[in-house]
Amino acid sequence: MVRPLGFLVGLGFITALVLAILTTPLSNEENVAYSFHKQPRPLALSSDGLVPHWDKQQLQRGLQVYKEVCSACHSLHLVAFRDVGALGYSEGQVKTFAKGFQVPSVNPDTGEPATRDGLPSDYFPSPYANDVAARAANNNALPPDLSLITKAREGGKDYIYSLLTGFQNPPKNLPTELKPGPGLHYNPYFANLNLAMAPPLAPNQVTYADGTKATVDQMAKDVSAFLVWTAEPKLVKRVQVGWASVLFLIMFSVLTYLSYRNIWADKKH
Amino acid sequence: MSFPWAKNYEPQLPLMKWLDERLPLPRLVYNAIGAGYPVPRNLNYFWNFGVLAGAALVIQIVTGIVLAMHYAANAGVAFNSVEHIMRDVNAGWFIRYAHMNGASMFFIVVYLHIFRGLFYGSYKAPREMVWLLGVVIFLLMMATAFMGYVLPWGQMSFWGAQVITGFFSAIPLVGEPVRQWLLGGFVPDNATLNRFFSLHYLLPFVIAGVIILHIWALHIPGSSNPTGIEVKDEQDTVPFHPYYTAKDGFGLGIFLVIFAVLTFFTPNLLGHPDNYIPANSLSTPAHIVPEWYFLPFYAILKAFTFNFLWIDAKLWGVIAMFASIAVLFFLPWLDSSPVKSSTYRPLYRIFFWILVVDVLVLGYCGMQPAEQPYVILSQIGAIYYFAHFLVILPIVSRIERPLPMPNSITEAVLAKHADTSSAATA
Repeated sequence: MVRPLGFLVGLGFITALVLAILTTPLSNEENVAYSFHKQPRPLALSSDGLVPHWDKQQLQRGLQVYKEVCSACHSLHLVAFRDVGALGYSEGQVKTFAKGFQVPSVNPDTGEPATRDGLPSDYFPSPYANDVAARAANNNALPPDLSLITKAREGGKDYIYSLLTGFQNPPKNLPTELKPGPGLHYNPYFANLNLAMAPPLAPNQVTYADGTKATVDQMAKDVSAFLVWTAEPKLVKRVQVGWASVLFLIMFSVLTYLSYRNIWADKKH
Repeated sequence: MSFPWAKNYEPQLPLMKWLDERLPLPRLVYNAIGAGYPVPRNLNYFWNFGVLAGAALVIQIVTGIVLAMHYAANAGVAFNSVEHIMRDVNAGWFIRYAHMNGASMFFIVVYLHIFRGLFYGSYKAPREMVWLLGVVIFLLMMATAFMGYVLPWGQMSFWGAQVITGFFSAIPLVGEPVRQWLLGGFVPDNATLNRFFSLHYLLPFVIAGVIILHIWALHIPGSSNPTGIEVKDEQDTVPFHPYYTAKDGFGLGIFLVIFAVLTFFTPNLLGHPDNYIPANSLSTPAHIVPEWYFLPFYAILKAFTFNFLWIDAKLWGVIAMFASIAVLFFLPWLDSSPVKSSTYRPLYRIFFWILVVDVLVLGYCGMQPAEQPYVILSQIGAIYYFAHFLVILPIVSRIERPLPMPNSITEAVLAKHADTSSAATA
């Protein structure tokens, strides 16, 4: 009973699929934007690969770029001031750094909304009171939070670096409908080519304390490195623990293999 | 149960003797996974994957219980509570990544376990019940994994829940009310998240229960083996312990090495970047894709693009997707060949390997956007999938002439060793 019924059910599915094949056009609708879109350029960082380490100088520079440039529009709400201690700052420096920010608070006497100096336990404050305010100030585009941005985009750090350095004039052969409208900026690394964010970096926009020349490329690299750290502060530790675990488990496997061979020595199998 | 020559549990210590007379739990373990369970002596490494699937379930339950201590199932804070685990909980990043990749490892070993069963005919009499319970476990795993993926409340969590519960809305008349009943609302929201968390915590223990039945049913006829010939006498078997505990120990080691490499070195390889964006009901991701282990079924769903008879394409897709798993329940009766192992089935073996390639192709197509050539590839792939089980298999098992088979497991083992030793001397 199962086989004849199964045969009929199978024929039903197969007929539906054959008809689906016959009625589906074999050509795709041409996506013009796709031919102008570019793959991200690779960015090599010290936190890459199987023996990563944090380049603390670079992360400090990246933090500076975030604070002086990106933070005008982008929040970083998963990162607390205490976390930046991991970038090589002392406890005192962290306290001073936190103090430089005003965070939302409540007036202890009146209960009215107020602000106070930041503490290491506070998180980076958002530049806007809410998403509506953020959109209102940005031509109806919402600047995304940057905490996880290098994990939340295809291409990760390469994409962020390419996007920051990828603003350019639209190519001459770009169809009119793909040309950037008012308030938009052409960037071939962005999915639909036109981005609401204006080119954020200009040469010497920040003055690095360690004397590094603040080219657009350098600042883009530094802030991308910083955003790799904000997305996964435990990255280096993760790989280090990984090596210890993998080596231990390989030893475990060798020992269990030897005991397996030993136990089976007298049995043909 | 078991063979007459199975070793009998004889407690040595007075305490164990006392316990055995009152609660024979050590006896149960001894007979289930100890020296009291005789197992064919010729099992190859593909017989490791059952134990590995059990290990994967234990890892998921242990890491999951710890995660539940720190996770908050509320749409307002769920995403941030996962990031709290990643950043502030001691070794939280490890527990979370282990749980995330543990799910993938669980499916990898279960798929290998299933294909082992398909290749060696493990689903055939007298082990049909083992197979049926296995398919039930597979279904429960899929439900559990799907609901677990919703919990971080990222974009793919939200839109995955939207798409998968949307399958139910394809059912005529009652579809939309059923979907709302499942979600607890019109779209995935706090009610959905809460019930998924509750069920995600419950189902692994249901899986553990069905695994007990799966093993119980297995121990009635005893384990199958690569020749497909049933055990005839004592020299065909070895006691499970120490022979297979040692071999499974080695298998577990290799499993954990791969698991550790995935977890520590490329933890997000099998994930999707969009799930690091908090759920947003107003912004649809460009491509909604499920987790990799659902991709072949997702490709079958998308392959149906034609309203055939009175059923529209969407409903065809949903029916076909469920049917692609339901067909496994009928497998023991679709394949009527008395020969179990593909080693002796020259024709079936060819179709088995086509099926393996077919499922891989379907998985690849499931990942791609609805563009050519992926649409036609998944349509052809889906045709083969159903043809394999419902058309080819019944015919092949009727017309195939099996190769000559050895008389016993021991004969097969000795013949293999005679081959290798004569090859060595030649």
